[in-house]
Amino acid sequence: MDRRKFVQNSGLTALSALLGAEIVFGKHLPDGYIPLGLQDPDPFKMFDKDPEMVVLNDKPWNIESLAHLLDDRVTPNRSMFIRNNGKIPENVDPSQWTLTFDGESVRNQKIFTLSELKSRFEHHTYQLTIECGGNGRSEFDPPAKGNQWSVGAVSSAEWTGVRLRDLLEEVDVKGDAVYIGYHAADTHLSGDPKKEPISRGMPMEKALQDETLVAFQMNGKDIPLAHGHPLRLVAGGWPASVSGKWLTGISVRNKVHDGAKMTGTSYRVPCNPVAPGTKVADEDMCIIESMPVKSLITYPKTGATLKEGQRLAFRGHAWAGELEVSKMQYSVDFGSTWQDCDLEAPANRLAWQHFSGEASFPKTGYYELWARAIDSRGNAQPMVLPGWNPKGYLNNACHRIAIKVV
Amino acid sequence: MENPTNKFEQSARAISRMMGIIFAMFMVVGAFLVYVMIDPTLSAFRPAPEVAVVAPVETEDDFDKIENGIHVRTGFVEGEGLMTVVNNCTNCHSAKLVTQNRMNEEGWRATIVWMQETQNLWDLGKNEDIIVDYLATYYAPQKKGRRQNLTDIEWYVLAE
Repeated sequence: MDRRKFVQNSGLTALSALLGAEIVFGKHLPDGYIPLGLQDPDPFKMFDKDPEMVVLNDKPWNIESLAHLLDDRVTPNRSMFIRNNGKIPENVDPSQWTLTFDGESVRNQKIFTLSELKSRFEHHTYQLTIECGGNGRSEFDPPAKGNQWSVGAVSSAEWTGVRLRDLLEEVDVKGDAVYIGYHAADTHLSGDPKKEPISRGMPMEKALQDETLVAFQMNGKDIPLAHGHPLRLVAGGWPASVSGKWLTGISVRNKVHDGAKMTGTSYRVPCNPVAPGTKVADEDMCIIESMPVKSLITYPKTGATLKEGQRLAFRGHAWAGELEVSKMQYSVDFGSTWQDCDLEAPANRLAWQHFSGEASFPKTGYYELWARAIDSRGNAQPMVLPGWNPKGYLNNACHRIAIKVV
Repeated sequence: MENPTNKFEQSARAISRMMGIIFAMFMVVGAFLVYVMIDPTLSAFRPAPEVAVVAPVETEDDFDKIENGIHVRTGFVEGEGLMTVVNNCTNCHSAKLVTQNRMNEEGWRATIVWMQETQNLWDLGKNEDIIVDYLATYYAPQKKGRRQNLTDIEWYVLAE
């Protein structure tokens, strides 16, 4: 029954009975106040997130950030989006945690304990940009099914762990290996223990990159539970779903991994461009690999009002999947003219890059500040929605904020 | 003259009666508590829950309260088929996964098929049409074009 209403309607005695303890200063409780012990779990407290973040879904938990909350150069947990396909595992015990290597293309099946991973292999730290494949989905027309992400499903934190490559060497991968698939401890929403909520992966080429980590730390601390504690794959620049959380197994496959959300239309786009609303057969959908060039204005927050003649110092981050961002531009006249921003080199490959600039406005009125990144192959962010796709992935249209000069 | 023995017997009987009553009460309360441990929601005293009921369940006053046309517990819009949707579509995932989406009839039906094929959704029987009609009516797509205006802007003064 409706817990809040029930609680409001009952006296202190009932409240005490529900809590299993007397509410000592109960008579001072304001009317309608629900003691913390009886409230629904507060996701912002539970996951230590900024209360401005937006809960898209509470079963499973999906929470997105806002552009202005992502202003840090290295994303802290506080403003990092959460995307889950299943239920977060309970009773995680790092001392008992293991990682199993198996699959058709493994010669030596092997189980590593977490402490073995930490003690036997060299540690590496990289800042890695991870963006949800569906970031920006909310803008597609016709709309695409799924969590309606706006712009905040992206982060760039520092991840510490061991190279997946070093582990693959140890298990002796056969020459016919094509793909790795991950397995994890999250549980299926239906409660069916035989179903994996998600089991994606990556081609060997990506698995063998220096920056592809089996990570146990985020920003110098144990990975927070919602982000994969105690062990997570991190594959920067690719859809975040490749970076499997709560990692328990890696299967080295002699074919493209066929785990949950690898097949059908999941994390796939039409191999050839289609008109908006087109039905596309499964066999004509191709797996998303590197994410496209994109950027976010993280300061100021949208809605800034300036005085006439006041210049606007702005800043943000830009990233380009496997590639680097080579140029960053801004416009205050809806793309009629573009000016260059200052653009920094990335901290390492696959980390986002910081840009900044100072805009001026010719007269009072309404403006939009638009940002456009261009990658090392000359691909620029489009001003309108990019090619429509049935599942609403890869929206890298320019980010913009509203400005008024009065 | 009162016989002290009689008085003693009377008192003894009264005490014994009282003890008996207290013992009986103990047993009743104890049995009730044991039952509550086994069935904390007292479900045996309520009609068996149906998986797909069309009419709102009236037994719990506020559980399915509707305020300003919104089903408070789930956020669904009030309309024909609401409770069928609530009872079938919020068991595994949050109602938010439904209410943030917009699809036409074909799209909602395809989503149901996808959930049946991959997510263990049960056969909805004749409820499928009720659910799809509700969703396609109240959660239908709106034209957004290739780029929308910025909306819901909270204006603030940016210090120099």
